Amino acid sequence: MAIPKVCGIETEYGIQVLHGDPNPIAASSVLINAYAHDVARQQTGWDFEDEAPGNDARGFAREGSMPPQVETHLVNTVLTNGARYYVDHAHPEFSTPECRDALECVRYDRAGELILTRSMEAADLAAHDGSQLVVYKNNSDGKGNSYGAHENYLMDRAAPFTRIVSGVTPHFVTRQIFAGAGKVGAETAVHDGTPVDFQLSQRAEFFEEQVGLETTLKRPIVNTRDEPHADPHRYRRLHVIVGDANLAEVATLLKVGTTSLVLAMIEDDISGSRSLALADPVTAMHDVALDRTFTKPLTMEDGSTATALAVQWELFSLARKYADDRGLDCMGDEAVGEEVLKRWEAVLHGLETDPMSLSRQLDWVAKLQLIEAFRERHGLDWDDHRLAAVDLQYHDLRPSRSLFARMDTERLVNEESVVTAVTEPPRGTRAWFRGQCLKRWPASVVTANWDSLVFDLGTDPLRRVPMMDPLKGTAEHVEELLQACASPSELLDRLSS
Amino acid sequence: MAEREQKKKTTTTERADDVVEDVPATSATGEKLKAELDDLLDEIDEVLEDNAEEFVRNYVQKGGE
Repeated sequence: MAIPKVCGIETEYGIQVLHGDPNPIAASSVLINAYAHDVARQQTGWDFEDEAPGNDARGFAREGSMPPQVETHLVNTVLTNGARYYVDHAHPEFSTPECRDALECVRYDRAGELILTRSMEAADLAAHDGSQLVVYKNNSDGKGNSYGAHENYLMDRAAPFTRIVSGVTPHFVTRQIFAGAGKVGAETAVHDGTPVDFQLSQRAEFFEEQVGLETTLKRPIVNTRDEPHADPHRYRRLHVIVGDANLAEVATLLKVGTTSLVLAMIEDDISGSRSLALADPVTAMHDVALDRTFTKPLTMEDGSTATALAVQWELFSLARKYADDRGLDCMGDEAVGEEVLKRWEAVLHGLETDPMSLSRQLDWVAKLQLIEAFRERHGLDWDDHRLAAVDLQYHDLRPSRSLFARMDTERLVNEESVVTAVTEPPRGTRAWFRGQCLKRWPASVVTANWDSLVFDLGTDPLRRVPMMDPLKGTAEHVEELLQACASPSELLDRLSS
Repeated sequence: MAEREQKKKTTTTERADDVVEDVPATSATGEKLKAELDDLLDEIDEVLEDNAEEFVRNYVQKGGE
């Protein structure tokens, strides 16, 4: 049986400085420090004052007395909701905690947006030079530079990697018809000679290989990074770099939910009578991004052809039957699994009959509707700068500027639960143990990462608590124990006894 | 899947109206949608960065990941 698809999303946000030092690394540090100092401390009681600089790349951010304006070391924090918030390359990055199901992943992805928004506000308040930080949840600058929104899925180590590659590639090539965030124009050489007005995906044109280890050059559709952050004999973490960052919640739910289902079917070795192997997945990926009519035939390995929509219908049918035959335990929550299937079917039907009817569900449709209406009102050509500006500003996280926030897109998680997710960890994964320990004993947890916590009890050598199973350390497992312990040393005594 | 709510400041009553709009649009709901889109475009004209060309040109990111 497929194992539960514990999942998470790591998003690199675009960052821009208005009226100040444009260095993006410094700006990202200021942004995250502002949150750690001015926002999170208020909420969690963390005290950074007496901490020494961390020696673990995944440990807490430590703060000295220097003002944030000159703070340039790479910040790396772990939050009480179990998330990681840090500077990666030249971007602020937020990694959700491990989530038990796709809907929970939507909630923590939204919590990440809220954290970034609060960070911007805190940084602007702290700035004394009139500078302003602006954060964008998108994946490219329109000039050939891309940054990622990666997904992670827990998989059974027993599933052969070659089967994962062949099984998931058709999904990764075609899921952009609902998961794409949309983009005006093109910015790489792959579409040279073809006039491009709009693409379904921000990222599709940046992919050049089918399989590989890279993430910044020659990006592969299936990434081979083998860093399970868990017991490597039992688990694999599939690191997915092919997606766009979504703002529309339905798009995020479908991106994560359909992928979870496809991966569960791969673990259980389910396939249909028709092979979905594409003759040239990379070219197909580029072509699918350009096809808003869903009629472009893709050449399959066996010489036949299929549209992206047909490939998705086939995957949906397999998943529907899989769920009927075996249930949806693999989805973490059966009701969420059913919701994913229901919406997957509805969206494919919508794309087939009237794509623009999905403007409340899908990012690329919402953006295209906006662009088309704006273009018509002002009589603009596709290459007009104002259309690129609308595209960019769709992703602006400032409530005063965000165009996405002005659209009436459908919501799946209520605002209150998103606010709670800013500080509270998910209950159904090891993120719960991580977050609760950080909440209760911030001064004693010296470093934290995905698969361990390190405690400093002030007397003994540092004590490391491994968390090699993402499905343990849940509220169900350890809530009682944590409540019974008055101090971290008591917790460690009881854990080792 | 109990959690669900309409975006923005819509009330429960307005939600019911929105559900009605999901069925094929009659001319009345079509007009309403168009009016809503017009309002949205008015708002966008207000909040869109003034110098679009400079705004877009200045947005340069380093590759990441």
